[in-house]
Amino acid sequence: MSIIVEGATKRFGDFVAVDDVSITVPDGSLTALLGPSGSGKSTLLRIISGLETPDAGRILISGDDATGTPAQHRNVGFVFQHYAAFKHMTVHNNVAFGLKIRKRDKAEINQRVNELLALVHLDGLAERYPSQLSGGQRQRMALARALAVEPNVLLLDEPFGALDAQVRKELRAWLRRLHDEVHVTTVFVTHDQEEAMEVAEQIVVMNEGKVEQAGAPRELYEHPRSEFVMGFVGAVNRLGSLFVRPHDVEILQEPEPGADEAMIEHLVHLGFEVRVELVLGDGDGLWAQITQADAEALELDKGQIVWVRPSRARVFDDDDLGTRDGRPTTEELQAA
Amino acid sequence: MPASGRLSRYGLRTFALGYLALLVMIPLGMIFYRAFEHGVGAAFDAVTTSDALHAFYLTIIVALIAIPLNTIFGVGCALLLVRTEFRGKALINAIIDLPFAISPVVIGLSLLLVYSETGWFGDWLNANGFQVIFALPGIVLATIFVTLPFVVREVVPVLHEIGDEQEQAARTLGANWWQTFWRITLPAIRWGVSYGVVIATARALGEFGAVAVVSGRIAGQTQTATIWISEAFSRYDFTGAYMGAVLLAVIAVSILVAMNVFKRKEA
Repeated sequence: MSIIVEGATKRFGDFVAVDDVSITVPDGSLTALLGPSGSGKSTLLRIISGLETPDAGRILISGDDATGTPAQHRNVGFVFQHYAAFKHMTVHNNVAFGLKIRKRDKAEINQRVNELLALVHLDGLAERYPSQLSGGQRQRMALARALAVEPNVLLLDEPFGALDAQVRKELRAWLRRLHDEVHVTTVFVTHDQEEAMEVAEQIVVMNEGKVEQAGAPRELYEHPRSEFVMGFVGAVNRLGSLFVRPHDVEILQEPEPGADEAMIEHLVHLGFEVRVELVLGDGDGLWAQITQADAEALELDKGQIVWVRPSRARVFDDDDLGTRDGRPTTEELQAA
Repeated sequence: MPASGRLSRYGLRTFALGYLALLVMIPLGMIFYRAFEHGVGAAFDAVTTSDALHAFYLTIIVALIAIPLNTIFGVGCALLLVRTEFRGKALINAIIDLPFAISPVVIGLSLLLVYSETGWFGDWLNANGFQVIFALPGIVLATIFVTLPFVVREVVPVLHEIGDEQEQAARTLGANWWQTFWRITLPAIRWGVSYGVVIATARALGEFGAVAVVSGRIAGQTQTATIWISEAFSRYDFTGAYMGAVLLAVIAVSILVAMNVFKRKEA
């Protein structure tokens, strides 16, 4: 079911956590709320869940106004960063909780719990207590618990934030596949752009309580509407007023129009790619990321003098967020 | 230096043990010894007089009324203090700690001023046929007063520690306030509550000052166990006084042991 947030605002004392935010989450989609800490993304998620009441604005779930509906009656699945496992209950009873509250009959509950435990790969651990599970298992249990009540929407607040890097990577891929199976409208909060890019179909980038930009991951990467978004969804170099992705820095062995002289300070081998750290004539730093094959073809070496130019750059006008794509003009390159 | 390190370690232990022995173990041991000085039969007879039995009965009845009331109040108050924000919270916090700070005799006298026949509510209580002072209600009130902080002070830190995420999770799963409290919060704080109940009970059984003031100390009627013990002592009935003390200690320790057994079974 679709979620529409219209003009939501939430203040905590003098601090405006969410500032007149409007977003649309299409039915059945997987959307990420991406932003640094304090950007209001978790508060927005909690407003959607009913755990927080907005000071202004409306929440529509599947077209119906849910603004005044308490969390208890909103039928959302919510997954917390620190799992919020019911510690005194077995895995089975954790997952069954919502169904017991809804007074379903025992046979039905057992069947549904078993299905869900199979879905999250916890079959066989039904009689364990949360303290006997790993972090990743606990979070999968929490997900099964949230899905048990067949929620209208599934909301995840930094679901993998407390897990170590390896488990986090596995669970991302797994969440993606799970969403293909279950197809419930899902919103998850993250501060990790890689996670958002990898998992989500739509990303809403937030900063200081406001939405900076919303769109598909590729669109955000290719057409960022602000300096903040460009810097947050990928690596970026700044050359005067120009913003250049490291992949868009061309390295040349001979001077060419629009190219600047630079010295290679470091070569960092990252496997398939090489990060080339450069210093420009004016002392500014710049880095380029090229494939190993290209680096070999250019016979790059530390201390070598090369010429660099952006194959693609962006300019952001601070006043109206005006942007422009493509090859920069000569003036811009000179300014850089 | 290892030698002086060992010396100071043993010195410290000797000091700690000696301190405990002089202040706690030897006096308590002496009570046990003196209680049975004239044989088990004499000790048994001394605490099975009708006045003595009534005193212990009264103490247990008072605890059975005061402790459940304080438990309900204590859990509710702890939830209020930890889970909600309101003006005057600091004041409530301070008031809850008052019984710790005030001498039980003062508590007894203050109850007297309000609930006795000549006190504030005296006329109204008389007119409606309630006797509070020199009767069971007064003893219960005094006991509630002195045991007020124990459950609150044990439950508050546990509530802080468990946080409210489990409760939020329960709400998103459709649980109402009561279901959330009964199925999530209460099981999570149960050991804090139990511990508070145990020490409040021990305190209730041993209460003397406040009850001495409000009870009237009428033998066979408003004498609680501790008051009976003190009266026995002033009558030179030493066996009765010591044996009464032993009984009180045994009851309190059994409750503590019982709770530990339950706790271990569950864990």
